[in-house]
Amino acid sequence: MKRNDLILLLSVLLIACALLITFYTVLSGTGESAVITVDGEEILRLKLNEDTVVQIEGYQGGTNTIVVSDGKVSIQEASCPDLICVHTGEANEMKSIVCAPNRVVVRIEKK
Amino acid sequence: MNQQSQTQKIAFCGIMTSFAIVLGYLEHLIPFSVGIYGIKLGLANLAILTLLYLTDIKSALTVHTIRIVTCGILFGNAVAFIYSATGGIFSFVSMILLKKSGRFSPLGVSIGGGITHNIAQLTAAILLVSELRIVVYLPILLITGSLAGLLVGVCSLPVIKQLAPQNDKK
Repeated sequence: MKRNDLILLLSVLLIACALLITFYTVLSGTGESAVITVDGEEILRLKLNEDTVVQIEGYQGGTNTIVVSDGKVSIQEASCPDLICVHTGEANEMKSIVCAPNRVVVRIEKK
Repeated sequence: MNQQSQTQKIAFCGIMTSFAIVLGYLEHLIPFSVGIYGIKLGLANLAILTLLYLTDIKSALTVHTIRIVTCGILFGNAVAFIYSATGGIFSFVSMILLKKSGRFSPLGVSIGGGITHNIAQLTAAILLVSELRIVVYLPILLITGSLAGLLVGVCSLPVIKQLAPQNDKK
């Protein structure tokens, strides 16, 4: 491996770690609401301290069941074929739940 | 270029195209999505990288385009195809630039291709779902992109060294 290759690899990894730490420290613990958007437009805003179960309708009638419990939010059921949104697990400040077929995004926001 | 080597080149590119498509299929099998639906690992670059060193830019671009379109039709959906296309364009351009600079071995070129591929995919995803926040996936994508690029580079290096040792020095 040439020296430049190593420099490139290490700098990319370094930048990635720096970004990771920055994102995490800036965003951690700041979330109070789960914001649900369909096709980029906000349709629902749930407080994380209130346990809720709601089924929302996404793009072309697709459905996702969003559950807030114990201060965490996740998608428990969905009409999409691959259920990646269900497997994503709980959302946090760094990780949103995306259901691309239904164009649904669940993310955590400050308010 | 005489008739025989022209024919050889066409045959070789044909084989590499099939190879690239099979790699695309492998990519399709590996569940890599990391929370953003449709993002790919970028393994098919193995064929493209090798082509860049063994033939010329035009051949590599042709195989690359055929591969993206064919895999998009065979294995993908609209979203994955868009990610594949944007990732493909930008990683191809970056690999050409890195190779032309002469400062990197195929490993470096491949790493550069891998990270550019993922950065482009992430940008496409942000634009597609209208959500800037998924930029927080950038760190993990940079890491996997560079490692995937490294893997691809390591795999193609012996081939390049064996079949086109003069290109490695360029």
